[in-house]
Amino acid sequence: MADVSAGGAIFRAGLQMLDDVKPGDYVLLHAGFAIQKIDEEEALETIRLLGEIQQAGSGEL
Amino acid sequence: MKFISEYRDSRSAEAVANAIRHEARRNYTFMEVCGGHTAAIHRFGIPSILPPEIKLLSGPGCPVCVTPLGYVNKAVALSLERDVIITSFGDLIRVPGSSSSLWDAKASGADVRIVISALDAVDLAAANPDKKVVFMGIGFETTAPGTAAAINRAAGEDLKNFCVLSGHKIMPPAMEAVIREGTAIDGFICPGHVATITGSSVFDFIPRKYGLGCVVSGFEPADILLSILMLVRQVNSSAPACEIEYSRVVTAEGNLKAKALMNKVFQPEDSEWRGLGNISLSGLGIHDAFRYYDASVLFDGLTGEEEGEENPSCLCGEVLRGRKRPSDCRLFAKSCTPENPAGACMVSSEGACNAFYRFKKDA
Repeated sequence: MADVSAGGAIFRAGLQMLDDVKPGDYVLLHAGFAIQKIDEEEALETIRLLGEIQQAGSGEL
Repeated sequence: MKFISEYRDSRSAEAVANAIRHEARRNYTFMEVCGGHTAAIHRFGIPSILPPEIKLLSGPGCPVCVTPLGYVNKAVALSLERDVIITSFGDLIRVPGSSSSLWDAKASGADVRIVISALDAVDLAAANPDKKVVFMGIGFETTAPGTAAAINRAAGEDLKNFCVLSGHKIMPPAMEAVIREGTAIDGFICPGHVATITGSSVFDFIPRKYGLGCVVSGFEPADILLSILMLVRQVNSSAPACEIEYSRVVTAEGNLKAKALMNKVFQPEDSEWRGLGNISLSGLGIHDAFRYYDASVLFDGLTGEEEGEENPSCLCGEVLRGRKRPSDCRLFAKSCTPENPAGACMVSSEGACNAFYRFKKDA
């Protein structure tokens, strides 16, 4: 079990579905379980894509 | 807040909405399958920034909503048994059964408790050896591994007073049922947390067999808008595919450990869905090896299983199939409200009627 902070509240989370989680990791919490670790590289890739769409939009205006 | 605020940025959302407006060439209807998406779409006001060409329909992905009346009736009957403690996620408790809800049963003295995790129910069983603790296992591939982990732990600890009434279901067969019913859609916004567990590959058959696009989406406004843009592009290029927008948690193969837990504890069985009827192999029954933890075996013959009559005026079933909108129902916001729900779609915060009521009552 682990303590997971979500929006400032601490939840007890089951770790039965993950390997190699360590304090400080970001996880997806669902119905009392950490169901996945957040992939930082992929998260940044989506943010980069959103930035590109913004850029493209401002170019057209 | 890392990994949340970035996807709530209004400039991003606006830019993606503009791109959708710019690229829309016809009318498009997309179904958001997941109740979490339905809630997010209305909470963030997504329809208000979409161009009129885009129509969103809610699908059969609200766990409480699709749980049939017979399950609720059985849960209520169980709660009236001697020395039983019913444990459940909060929203199921208020779903009306034929004669009463778990909430009503609790008011008349039944021991019904809300838990956040299936493991809480196991703890409760360990702390109350003279009681039988029954966990109401409902939901899709997101909650089923948690129920599996709970049963697995109870078996490991040789706990004899814990069992589960499984109403768990899996998503792909219900999506196929919606397509086969002929609901006119151009693609699916696929459930992001289901896919976190199953992997996006469980939706691959939809573009292949039915030529409909699928995008597995996250739950923040920019995620949902980006998924809609990806679907518009798929339709425009006549290239339906299964794509992942929510790549920070979703992969093609999913969470192998969670899937292994599910496969160990559950076996596929036919399952009854409110609105969609019985769908072949769409449910998760408890595997024979774990029969001792199966409430439907332990309490076999319990009365109260009868299907009973659904409220004939309630359009919940039609709403779940994408045939009607909540505001088409004459009970909506009149005799059916979140405080006094007539149907399951008004009870759960993931239900379409509940989301419409809270965020766009006048629409």
